[in-house]
Amino acid sequence: MTFDWSFLAHLLFHPPGSFVQGAIRTIYLAVIAQALGVALGLLLALWRRSRRLPLRVLAGGYIWLVRGTPLLVQAVIIYDGSSALGLYSFGTLSVGPVSVPGVVQAGIVTLALNEGAYMAEIMRAAIDSVDKGQAEAAASLGLRRRQAMRHVILPQAMRVVIPPLGNEFNNMLKVTSLLSVIGLQELFLAAQDYNSATFRTFEIFLVTAVYYIVMTTAWSLVQAAIERRLQARGGDVVVSVPLRQRLFSGGPGGGPPIGAEQLRGAR
Amino acid sequence: MTPAGKTPDADVEGTQSRAGTLAVEGTGIHKWFGPHHVLDDVSLQVASGEVVVIIGPSGSGKTTLLRCLNHLERIDRGRLLVNGHLIGYRENARGELREDSEAEIARQRREIGFVFQHFNLFPHLTAEQNIALAPVRVRKAPRAQALDEARRLLARVGLDDKRGSFPGQLSGGQRQRVAIARALAMRPRLMLFDEATSALDPEMVGEVLAVMRELASDGMTMIVVSHEMGFARGVADRVVMMDAGRIIEAGPPAQVLDSPAHERTQAFLSKVLH
Repeated sequence: MTFDWSFLAHLLFHPPGSFVQGAIRTIYLAVIAQALGVALGLLLALWRRSRRLPLRVLAGGYIWLVRGTPLLVQAVIIYDGSSALGLYSFGTLSVGPVSVPGVVQAGIVTLALNEGAYMAEIMRAAIDSVDKGQAEAAASLGLRRRQAMRHVILPQAMRVVIPPLGNEFNNMLKVTSLLSVIGLQELFLAAQDYNSATFRTFEIFLVTAVYYIVMTTAWSLVQAAIERRLQARGGDVVVSVPLRQRLFSGGPGGGPPIGAEQLRGAR
Repeated sequence: MTPAGKTPDADVEGTQSRAGTLAVEGTGIHKWFGPHHVLDDVSLQVASGEVVVIIGPSGSGKTTLLRCLNHLERIDRGRLLVNGHLIGYRENARGELREDSEAEIARQRREIGFVFQHFNLFPHLTAEQNIALAPVRVRKAPRAQALDEARRLLARVGLDDKRGSFPGQLSGGQRQRVAIARALAMRPRLMLFDEATSALDPEMVGEVLAVMRELASDGMTMIVVSHEMGFARGVADRVVMMDAGRIIEAGPPAQVLDSPAHERTQAFLSKVLH
């Protein structure tokens, strides 16, 4: 089979409905799962720093388990495994006019539970990065530990979280494709289905790749805007990463590189 | 700050009048950092309205002592009363000391202002928000009222035009003045200053000391850890010299600074003054 330019061009600019729907699903899966992952991550991070041993053990154990096993395995256990054992079956959930298929629920749950473990580590590092003097100043004013965390420590930690959080979301957009294994019709599975009907494998997955890169690039721009706003609001320095570096360096999970250059600028 | 600025809940247990009471009453205080004996049988009484300046070489325990006064550090032995109450501890029926609940420690700290060497302003809040945070969250003051009060305090430290500035936009001297205003916003009965001017460029020391002087002349009880001998001489009622975890000499500034009895004090002063 030879490379078919017109097929490629047609697919790129006039994608079938299943492609568009798959892409939309990829985006909302990623957004919802990331939001839940952030919330779970914050909770786990606070538990890990708790003065109560059971909470520390629970959070530490959870993070250890989730980070130590593949997402693919987690997805199959949560969706197919729990149903096979009769533990829980994800059925279609209808909220007003919206109906969410069971597999989508399972996908969101899987991604959120997985992401929570990674976000917990990011949050913990961010909380620890806030100067100890901040907690002391809050304590000296009569704030309780919880109040100090909420009003003094977390707002500062969140700024540190934003760059790696952006990286996590970039990763999340791509990782949704793994949920094709439980039959979730996101962009990748839509492409696979289209492929089995046409066998234009190279062209189809090239276009799929383009779709993903459009999504992640758009996100980079959004992230840059968020960071600029944060920087404008606070008087102090927030590490800013140039767009060029944002797009062309830093791997998944690595966080945007906070290189010597930025640190010099921060001083 | 006037005595009328006392918080209502301060009166609940305030059976004695303010005049003549002891703001700090410490006896036989010991503290160790691992094997290092940082406070070695320290006893210190500070009367309400008194200004005490603690001097001494670095590592002599003066900062640790100050931090014990609002329980940022635990004491390992001894008795320490601040504003008439054991700080950080509670005595049970058998006379044993147990660490207080977090809530109770927080409650006690409201009445003790602490000014840090490195300011520790909240960088994500403006000057007025820094000052209003604790009144709003701790004293549950209405937000508008707390901000009003914050502006009054800023005016008092000469920064009424900086209320919307973030700490990162202020000079060191301005930051420390905001930090003093922040501590005053809780209407403390006692103010502790931990080397409040040592992190400042020389030209900014004066503006902070001026605020501290004014506070002293208003009758605030102050304990000041400082190397500013001019301030000690002009403002202190008493100068306390610490060395190796002990108070080796204390008395009126003229006596301690001009004719020190202890040779360690003489040696220290000759280094600081020259």
